[in-house]
Amino acid sequence: MTVESTAARKPRRSAGTKSTAGKRTTARNAPGTDPELVQLLTPEGQRVKNAEYDKYVAGVTPEELRGLYRDMVLTRRFDAEATSLQRQGELGLWASLLGQEAAQIGSGRALRDDDYVFPTYREHGVAWCRGVDPTNLLGMFRGVNNGGWDPNGNNFHLYTIVIGSQTLHATGYAMGIAKDGADSAVIAYFGDGASSQGDVAESFTFSAVYNAPVVFFCQNNQWAISEPTERQTRVPLYQRAQGFGFPGVRVDGNDVLACLAVTRWALERARNGEGPTLVEAYTYRMGAHTTSDDPTKYRADEEREAWEAKDPILRLRRHLETSNHTDDGFFAELEDESEALGRRVREAVRAMPDPDHFAIFENVYADGHALVDEERAQFAAYQASFADEGGN
Amino acid sequence: MAETFKAETSTSMALAKAINESLRRALETDPKVLVMGEDVGKLGGVFRVTDGLQKDFGESRVIDTPLAESGIVGTAIGLALRGYRPVVEIQFDGFVFPAYDQIVTQLAKMHARSLGKVKMPVVVRIPYGGGIGAVEHHSESPESLFAHVAGLKVVSPSNASDAYWMMQQAIQSDDPVIFFEPKRRYWDKGEVNTEAIPGELHKAQVAREGTDLTLAAYGPMVKLCLEAANAAAEEGKSLEVLDLRSVSPLDFDSIQASVEKTRRLVVVHEAPVFFGSGAEIAARITERCFYHLEAPVLRVGGYHAPYPPARLEEEYLPGLDRVLDAVDRALAY
Repeated sequence: MTVESTAARKPRRSAGTKSTAGKRTTARNAPGTDPELVQLLTPEGQRVKNAEYDKYVAGVTPEELRGLYRDMVLTRRFDAEATSLQRQGELGLWASLLGQEAAQIGSGRALRDDDYVFPTYREHGVAWCRGVDPTNLLGMFRGVNNGGWDPNGNNFHLYTIVIGSQTLHATGYAMGIAKDGADSAVIAYFGDGASSQGDVAESFTFSAVYNAPVVFFCQNNQWAISEPTERQTRVPLYQRAQGFGFPGVRVDGNDVLACLAVTRWALERARNGEGPTLVEAYTYRMGAHTTSDDPTKYRADEEREAWEAKDPILRLRRHLETSNHTDDGFFAELEDESEALGRRVREAVRAMPDPDHFAIFENVYADGHALVDEERAQFAAYQASFADEGGN
Repeated sequence: MAETFKAETSTSMALAKAINESLRRALETDPKVLVMGEDVGKLGGVFRVTDGLQKDFGESRVIDTPLAESGIVGTAIGLALRGYRPVVEIQFDGFVFPAYDQIVTQLAKMHARSLGKVKMPVVVRIPYGGGIGAVEHHSESPESLFAHVAGLKVVSPSNASDAYWMMQQAIQSDDPVIFFEPKRRYWDKGEVNTEAIPGELHKAQVAREGTDLTLAAYGPMVKLCLEAANAAAEEGKSLEVLDLRSVSPLDFDSIQASVEKTRRLVVVHEAPVFFGSGAEIAARITERCFYHLEAPVLRVGGYHAPYPPARLEEEYLPGLDRVLDAVDRALAY
């Protein structure tokens, strides 16, 4: 199947005429040209009216706008620091969120403290909104643990690496909220690649039939490692919801205001007992899948360049500047704060100790297990045998 | 064991009914306990193990789920994160595999990867094993596939009393427990004393004392081993039958104690011998009891072939003669 032969698909605007063999050069239906796309800020930073969603951000003050900007800038700075730390050998791997700041900050800032988040392994911006210390995210990428925070501390579940699994956990958690009679909501993050997983389809089914208060927030960043969204779906992802009996909406994932508005709407539905919603945040993974990936093998520079023009941070900056919501001092202070964050993260990672050897045997079971006890004792005796030889 | 509890408070009931009563008690005593699975509500499950529970506890606590095993276990994980204690039913052994991903990658590891912050009190009930003349995928014994996974506990009762009490203990456990129910013994009756203080969940029990050889088994094979011990007794051989009850952890101390007495061990399970629990038992008991053993540890179990059509299952499954043949071979050393 070629992209061109796919039925029921809108014609695409070509981003460039240069053809690079084997690589994509097509910019997919660009935000601003797609009537299905909810957008409140154009790439140029112009506020556009939206009859349906304006009311969800009507009360957003200039200070809050600056807050969203600050969140995005600091998240990007943290992300860049983590990428550098991987290159310096301090982290084994990093999954960058570069380009997806608006989708994550917009949705993350729509949440209440009592809501619960089920992230993938790329939700660094959402973690930031939840108050999870950024350095805690780095433990698993450094290889000192498999999840370094208490999920219940910030109602932010551990990163899930198996693609799509967390959407079922989110659904179950939401079913529990409904049983408790609470008005909290759950948000499940996943990507365009995960949309092909059976667990995601099953989570749609379960949440629909039990009317669970969950928002499925799909960041369609166009790429599942090397596979474009065309390899995952023949219909726009947000339309999948219709078949399961709940609404789906596509939002400009590089527009933080639109992401905030649409997520607020979806959360309101959940709280009102109206069940699940699918939000497809249409965005772009500007970096590699992870630091182990090489995007030059499968996509052309032109595509990235086209999306850079729609950068989520740049667009809000333009809006802040043209609306006179900021002064130079704001940007300068933020830059200092960014650098301080980078330094703090760098120092924290370098100071992160390797875990005690016996951590292997810790928390395998809550109530203990005879074999784990036996093997821990064997391991201890083995290690002690070196001390007996005077080696240590 | 049943005779031990023949007190005023004990009742004779089928193994399936004992599980039903145990679930009922858990639902009554802990509002966080949920029962969920395919057809567990109105129908009471295809084996009627959950019969009447939805009627008494409502659809919110005894939940008919969509027909999606991964979804059942995945949502149970989410419910456990919210503070619930779900007991989920997988309708048949061969249908657990869509849920295997959630069980292995999520359920088993959640406690460890949260550094102990999160507990996963989830029971996965699986009717297992053959001998009922069923169609494909309805007669398998996949317990080793779960015992191999750190973070899971795996148990299998052999009688009504254990079914009742082990279910109580599994639900109270803060670890995920894979609860294998010997479906061909569902209708076997036994005395259940609902007030007796149970033994530990993961301790083996001597089902019959003997001196010449130990037969170790769990679930449906315990009854067979007791029959084998009866038959052997007629030939003057004294066999000890050890009901292991738990496959993970395995109670090696009890096996070792028995083997140090009898000096011979035969392990019996329906699951294929190759990489089965018998292999692990043989290796560890050889290591622990090397100077006590008079014969290599022998294993009796299924063959390395797909579970056969029902007309062949008697040839595939361990039967009385296959067990006694292994006993003879072990005694001949």
